[in-house]
Amino acid sequence: MIDLSKAFLLGGVICVIGQLLIDLTKLTPARIMVLFVVCGVVLGLLGIYPCLVDWGGAGATVPLTGFGNVLAKGVMKDVDEFGFLGVFTGGVKAAAAGITAAVTFGYIIAITSKARIKK
Amino acid sequence: MAKRLGQQTIVLDKQPIVLAGAAIVGRKEGDGPLAKYFDEVVDDEYAGEKTFEAAESRLMRDAFIKALEKSGKAAKDINVILSGDLLNQCTAASYAFRDSDTPYLGLFGACSTMSESMLIGSILIDSGAADYVACAASSHFCSAERQFRFPLEYGSQRTPTAQWTVTGAGTVILGKDGQGPRITCVTPGKIIDEGIKDANNMGAAMSPAACDTIVQHLQDTGRSVDDYDLILTGDLGSFGSAMLRELTVRNHIDLKSKHNDCGMMIFDLARQGVDCGGSGCGCSAAVFSAYILEQFRLGLLKRILFIATGALLSPTRTQQGETIPGIAHAVCVEA
Repeated sequence: MIDLSKAFLLGGVICVIGQLLIDLTKLTPARIMVLFVVCGVVLGLLGIYPCLVDWGGAGATVPLTGFGNVLAKGVMKDVDEFGFLGVFTGGVKAAAAGITAAVTFGYIIAITSKARIKK
Repeated sequence: MAKRLGQQTIVLDKQPIVLAGAAIVGRKEGDGPLAKYFDEVVDDEYAGEKTFEAAESRLMRDAFIKALEKSGKAAKDINVILSGDLLNQCTAASYAFRDSDTPYLGLFGACSTMSESMLIGSILIDSGAADYVACAASSHFCSAERQFRFPLEYGSQRTPTAQWTVTGAGTVILGKDGQGPRITCVTPGKIIDEGIKDANNMGAAMSPAACDTIVQHLQDTGRSVDDYDLILTGDLGSFGSAMLRELTVRNHIDLKSKHNDCGMMIFDLARQGVDCGGSGCGCSAAVFSAYILEQFRLGLLKRILFIATGALLSPTRTQQGETIPGIAHAVCVEA
């Protein structure tokens, strides 16, 4: 239960930041998303994001910043293993599950549902 | 024959008549304060079609057919259809009328299309080039989101201050003879760009154009605001309307209580969660074709200045950092 609360709290805080950016700035949603991924990469690189993951679990890994963190982690791992080439291979390799899931589920939803106006 | 008056205004001798109008709108508009004036409210955003774009064409075609019916004219009586919408290549209009078997002129004036079409239509009738014309405009929330922001399928969050594109189509039939209010003079507007860059704040981009056209019209005709029962702008919204008042005051014109805006009339802003109001070609088209014509029929209006306002916004140019040019065309309608 305590894990759930921590995940809820951390995930919530990250989403509040996103909402504030939508409400208070002129940034488009696409830019905010890219910003989140890049922040995740930087925080992952600095070793800060892994601490957030340890504390908040899914609250840190599920938001887009978590995706950035995974990219950074993958690159660092592959660089250690293969040297410079790891810069190009590590990120996508580590994020393979997330990317493939996004494409697969995106495709399924696209062929099974129809867009409508929110009621 | 049409005569020039002053700098930009054209006085119409024959005073073409607005024989009838019809408007078909979507669910949200049908839930608004003007619901009872519309000819039809379509609950399904697809209007029985496969895509939003096809749905918009459907609304436009149905509004045209409805307006024809009400005017007592047949499609073959119409000499030309003047129509436009917000989509690339005026998609909604050209697909709506591809089977109409009637000469068609596509117009792009962004949200100013309705008054632009009435302006050109009335000059065609005045010159004798046409006996009856149909003027139509449409917009659709879902197709406009795809065109100007993000496709709904993408599921993007909307900016809270963005205006809400009206789902709707309006058509009026103008004729050389018959019963109805008359178009007595028109003032085509200039493109005015005051350097607004925010595509979510189109009211601000359009209000300088609306102000310019109003000032020019009053100057050309020697009239004052008091000579009108209503000065009706297209879709400035609450923010753009406030800005228009300020701009007109700077030009020593007090709009008093004479000004209203179709974008603010079509929705209950607070209850329906549309902060700034409605926008889109369909907004002024539907409000004029349904509500305003009914007010004339009831004798509640004697003379109005209808000024549909357009933000000549190009998503490509906006992304390249360009500002948004605005335009507004005025049509004077009298009982």
